[in-house]
Amino acid sequence: MHQHQRRLLTIVTESTIEAHLLRDIQRWGAHGYTITEARGKGARGVREGNWEANRNIRIEVVCDDSSAERIAGGLRAHYYDNYAMILYLSNVDVLRPEKF
Amino acid sequence: MIDPVVMFFLLGIAAGVLRSELRLPVQVYELLSILLLLAIGMKGGIELARQPFLALVPQMLAVIAMGFALPLLAFPVLLYFGRLPRTDAASIAAHYGSVSVGTFAVVVAWLSARDISYEAYMPVFVVLLEIPAILVGIVLAKGLGSGDSLRRSAHEVLLGKSIVLLVGGLLIGWAAGEEGLKGIAPLFFSPFQGLLALFLLEMGLVTASQLGTLRRYGLFLLGFGVLAPVVAAICGLVLAWLLGLSVGGAVVLATLAASASYIAVPAAMRISVPEANPALSLAASLGVTFPFNVVVGIPLYHWLTRHAYAIFGGS
Repeated sequence: MHQHQRRLLTIVTESTIEAHLLRDIQRWGAHGYTITEARGKGARGVREGNWEANRNIRIEVVCDDSSAERIAGGLRAHYYDNYAMILYLSNVDVLRPEKF
Repeated sequence: MIDPVVMFFLLGIAAGVLRSELRLPVQVYELLSILLLLAIGMKGGIELARQPFLALVPQMLAVIAMGFALPLLAFPVLLYFGRLPRTDAASIAAHYGSVSVGTFAVVVAWLSARDISYEAYMPVFVVLLEIPAILVGIVLAKGLGSGDSLRRSAHEVLLGKSIVLLVGGLLIGWAAGEEGLKGIAPLFFSPFQGLLALFLLEMGLVTASQLGTLRRYGLFLLGFGVLAPVVAAICGLVLAWLLGLSVGGAVVLATLAASASYIAVPAAMRISVPEANPALSLAASLGVTFPFNVVVGIPLYHWLTRHAYAIFGGS
């Protein structure tokens, strides 16, 4: 079975900004995304998700190299300073490249 | 004697401080807040249908004016005495100018437990007081050229959970009337105090989780979190007296003025004033002012109101 390499972007951030963030990452080239609720600890303290203003989400986007660069750059420019956010990239193999 | 619902709140705080495993599932909390918001809205709507709406317009305008004035009072205090950055001062001022529906539910329960009547259309004031402070907060943080930020948050504010459910409940209550709502009363009205008790249990747990942040930011926030509601309550009380509200109504308006938002405003500020530190405002409103109002504030505002009305006249 032939496999194609794509990039997987994983973003963990505040759920309050979900709507704005999704609009932006789609504008920067994401064709789709997966969101899960998340809890954890980081530079901005424990975000237990026990309060509406304190919830986290994890957004995963599979896309090609150039979109991944554009999204990562956009997030760094517009979100890193003021929001609890981490982002990491990894390589993944997909079977249907036309979807991503 | 402390009200049973307040005891649930204290239980939540104790469990949180002692790091108990106790935790209400998020969905349960969501359902509780939806039920409370709708019940409050519908109760107000039923009463609104009995009132000539136009007669209430002057009161409503006065309450909106108070919604604009309260954050303007808080802002310089935060800026100069608290030495906070402009954005943080603006954000906290917005929290304190806006209202907490949870606190409103507690004052309503407190009054009905003591058979003190109040103007039952008060939920309208909750809606009216929620928004102005957010606008003031954004303008204070960003200056007058903040049209873009205002537009960005308009959707979050106007279509936020609390406004949609309160206004929706008001309209349903207004259209259906008390008779029409008999069928659903067993879900919304009869168990109100029980729902509120569970809601406050969760609020206690959340409050306890804020105490750590509070320790980090020191005495100013603690002092502000206690004094700001008392000063605001006095403003609310004076306004209530000028508007000719009953003692019960004055206690409700004072409590509304004293309460600080911890749901609608944090979300709006996060979007519109992202530079402001959300931990600061939440620690003050949720960690200090909410418990203060629930445990000490409401009885205190009632005491103040009774004495003020006895001296200056009023029912």
